Amino acid sequence: MSRPRTQAEYLARLVPPSVAGLNRRTLLAGAAGAGGLLGTGLLAGCGDSDSGGSGSKTVSMGSNASDPTPKDVLAKVSGAFKTSSGIEVAINTVDHNTFQENINNYLQGKPDDVFTWFAGYRMRFFAERGLAGDVSDVWGKLSGFSDAFKKASTGDDGKQYFVPFSYYPWAVFYRKSVWQQYGYQVPKNLDEFTALANQMKKDGLIPIAFADKDGWPAMGTFDILNLRINGYQFHVDLMAGKEAWTSDKVKKVFDTWAGLLPLHQPDALGRTWQEAAQSLQQKKSGMYLLGLFVAQQFNADEQADIDFFTFPEIDSVIGAKALDAPIDGYMMARKPKSEANAKKLLEYIGGVDAANISVQTDPGTLVANTGADTSGYSALQKKAAELVGSATEIAQFLDRDTRPDFASTVIIPALQQFIKDPKDVGGLLTSIENQKKSIFTS
Amino acid sequence: MTTSTLTRQPAAEDAQPRRRRPTPQRVVLHIFLIAVAVGWLFPILWAVLTSLRSYDYTATHGYVSFGGWTIDNYVTAWQTAEFGKHFLNSVYITVPAVLLTLFLASCVAFVIARFSWKINLVLLGLFTAANLLPQQALLIPLFRLFTEVPLPEFMSDSELLYDSYWGLILINVAFQCGFCVFVLSNYMKALPRDLYEAAMVDGASVWRQYWQVTMPLCRPALAALATLEVTWIYNEFFWATVLMRTGDKFPVTSSLNNLRGEFFTDNNLVSAGSVLVAIPTLVIFFLLQRHFVRGLTLGASKG
Amino acid sequence: MSDLPLIQADRAVEPPAATTTSGGRGRRLRLLSRTDRVVITLMVSVPLLLVTALVWLPALATVVLSGTDWDGIGPLADIDFVGGRNYRDVFTIYPPFVPAVQHNLLWLAALFLVATPFGMFLAVLLDKELRGGRFYQTALYLPVVLSLALIGFVWQLIYSRDQGLLNAVLGTDVDWYGDPGVNIWAVMLASGWRHVGYIMLLYLAGLKGVDPSLREAASVDGASEPKAFFRVIFPVLRPINIIVLVVTVIESLRAFDLVWVVNKGRNGLELLSALVTQNVVGEASRIGFGSALATIMLVVSLVFITVYLVTVMRGEDR
Repeated sequence: MSRPRTQAEYLARLVPPSVAGLNRRTLLAGAAGAGGLLGTGLLAGCGDSDSGGSGSKTVSMGSNASDPTPKDVLAKVSGAFKTSSGIEVAINTVDHNTFQENINNYLQGKPDDVFTWFAGYRMRFFAERGLAGDVSDVWGKLSGFSDAFKKASTGDDGKQYFVPFSYYPWAVFYRKSVWQQYGYQVPKNLDEFTALANQMKKDGLIPIAFADKDGWPAMGTFDILNLRINGYQFHVDLMAGKEAWTSDKVKKVFDTWAGLLPLHQPDALGRTWQEAAQSLQQKKSGMYLLGLFVAQQFNADEQADIDFFTFPEIDSVIGAKALDAPIDGYMMARKPKSEANAKKLLEYIGGVDAANISVQTDPGTLVANTGADTSGYSALQKKAAELVGSATEIAQFLDRDTRPDFASTVIIPALQQFIKDPKDVGGLLTSIENQKKSIFTS
Repeated sequence: MTTSTLTRQPAAEDAQPRRRRPTPQRVVLHIFLIAVAVGWLFPILWAVLTSLRSYDYTATHGYVSFGGWTIDNYVTAWQTAEFGKHFLNSVYITVPAVLLTLFLASCVAFVIARFSWKINLVLLGLFTAANLLPQQALLIPLFRLFTEVPLPEFMSDSELLYDSYWGLILINVAFQCGFCVFVLSNYMKALPRDLYEAAMVDGASVWRQYWQVTMPLCRPALAALATLEVTWIYNEFFWATVLMRTGDKFPVTSSLNNLRGEFFTDNNLVSAGSVLVAIPTLVIFFLLQRHFVRGLTLGASKG
Repeated sequence: MSDLPLIQADRAVEPPAATTTSGGRGRRLRLLSRTDRVVITLMVSVPLLLVTALVWLPALATVVLSGTDWDGIGPLADIDFVGGRNYRDVFTIYPPFVPAVQHNLLWLAALFLVATPFGMFLAVLLDKELRGGRFYQTALYLPVVLSLALIGFVWQLIYSRDQGLLNAVLGTDVDWYGDPGVNIWAVMLASGWRHVGYIMLLYLAGLKGVDPSLREAASVDGASEPKAFFRVIFPVLRPINIIVLVVTVIESLRAFDLVWVVNKGRNGLELLSALVTQNVVGEASRIGFGSALATIMLVVSLVFITVYLVTVMRGEDR
């Protein structure tokens, strides 16, 4: 299994450089800070004490990269940044869920100079509410980003507030060996897809692995069906609250989904996506619609056995060229302690060097900067990059494309309700629409 | 159920279990209690067992199997979640919070118990009820408040109550005071009033009555409360995750989240982390249990 | 030094010294020196200030916020009031609300009818100075010292559909945490597991405080043990019975951590507290709406708290 392997290594690398500069300040910080003695931390807080002047040599960064691999990438990037600029990055790591849940409070409290976030609606929302700093001049110095990425980094006022770092596409994953064994072919349209799934069922496989315990994975299924059935523009408008959820178009999405549900792994609501991914890894399931990160559930020697296809076309007029490919990146606080350093860091993160570090360290994502040396990509990564490169439109993912209050308090329970009981689509959509009206008018 | 089982017990209270030959009823009682105790311990033991096995082994053979024993999970958990640092954070929060809670609560309890003013009832009500309010309901105003209150830099590097241990200590104290006031005031009311009369004759001030007369007598209650409060405040992580910003200042209970990957969770590893997190409360419980239980037991012999 | 039980169970057998004449007290009040008065004021006002500022004022603010559509961002001056809209939405178009109320009630019923009596029953058994009593007490009490988040995880090892012990042993593939018809029971079992130990301890403390002469009197009468318990001991334990009752009510109303770690209180595990958190704490930030839910919770809590306090205080007046 692809257990985190690197943490011991990176810890060993991570601690020493920062400890040296730490002790003196820790003493000054007094009891409140003494907890940081053992670790890298504290820097975030201690940095405050001497970063007032323009000549300061620190910049703080809020990170949700609590998993070993992304944490490792960030540690290496900040190390390289220090070497090139002499500015020390104090990384404040908070686990992914906590970071995301507290983002509003975090940004209104005393956020770090630079912080991790995603492209999409919420990024633009923070920009609009003055919770993020304008980084347009950083973009003036960046190169290697496609227009799609620049657009995804731009707020409603036309300025940039975001520097993309990595992304990953959503697609239907499978194991080559299993498909060869049964002689399966990549389906070209919904009928072929359904026929394939039925064949898998006959062959004793779970056709489509599925899990929605955490509430968000099913959004991926909704997104791709809506993109295939109604197209990108309708999807965006629906997410923005401009289209009615009670329309026939949305109903068709759920009806199609309801037709496919019997081919999905049952009891999805009690399963984490990891468990579903393991059923794919263990060759119990035939395919799984998920992000590229599914590869993390596979052993190193199985990586070459993973393949994918983009969800097939449903309506030939609309085609199959749009997909979800969420972008992760960095933003700047509205009032960073040291704006100059923060921008230097963002410029470095958006640059080719940082992208190269990510390519070498993290096989689970793709780097946003096209100038990076991607010869280190695995075959899977190369194919994923090609898929996104050929996409005509890129959506971010439901919970990044719409209001978070709507996504988390209305859509998650609604999708779970649908999975539980796919029959009453009409009632469900009416309920969503009623709540949508109340939320989007406030 | 209660009635039928009870009838099987010997009727007299004068039974001296250590000297008498065990009656069949006693045996049944013990079998029942052992069954319950084992049932109660089982989930915890299962977690300990899981923590001692390698993920690769259990992933291949399932959890109902034998083998794959290792202590690597503990090493990995300790390092990944940086438990050493976070344990210290928990100490910085828990120790002052418990001491302050007991001190402030005993002050209020003393006044409530020592004097019988009408306002005492209101006081008792205000404190006790505060302990029972749902925390989530208070979060947003509290967060706003915490970001508005400045602290000098030597107290907190955030220069705010927000993201400082002080803030966390205060909120824990505020929440836990109620329960302690309630228990302590009850306890103090049961103390003989003659003590105060005697102290008054000696010309002792209210403070001395509190500090030198009442408090020493309250030691058993304070010890029992300390045990409970340490457990509660140590286990508290709701406030820590919402009122703190710096991951490195989080207490150990919330750092457990670091073991749950965004994309991957290794149950064996999290089990090891859980056992590590639970150890301090278990140690405190075992250390103070004798005291705790004796405090309770001796109460029975009191007339 | 005498050790007293945590909770004074039996006021009827209080030491006689507790009965000082009220006239005497009034006289002494006037005798308090200036320093004493300052000291008393400080002793009360510092904790009071803390609790008022950090608990009661925020509670009040929450009630005010429940009338707004605030999203938690920006200056307070920008807040718009929307009257009772949030409450109307809660009751009319918010699907998780009704299940949440049902689950809270179910939770209450399960704790009240099963876990609490079982804890009390065990306390009565353990009150007998049995050999190995310490071991039983420890085993039962152990879950109480673990945080609920930990408990949620510990039980996950047993309940997990694909990797859990229960399905492996039973040979079933029941989705214990995921099936909305089953998961509430699974979670309540885990919650009851902890609750029993808590109640056992509280009740044991109460039982230890019962005057032994009362028991002797009852046994001399020749009453059978259950009869003696229900006729003599149980009524004397009224204060502790009330405490246990209120602890049960509040625990079931505040129940949160367990469902939160299982699935954030969705899909069959809706509880009021989880709904509040979903709306208020997370990215969602529907502060106004969440505050309305919180206010509903506050009101229900306060009703029980008041009943409790009134009962306790009436006990004091006797």
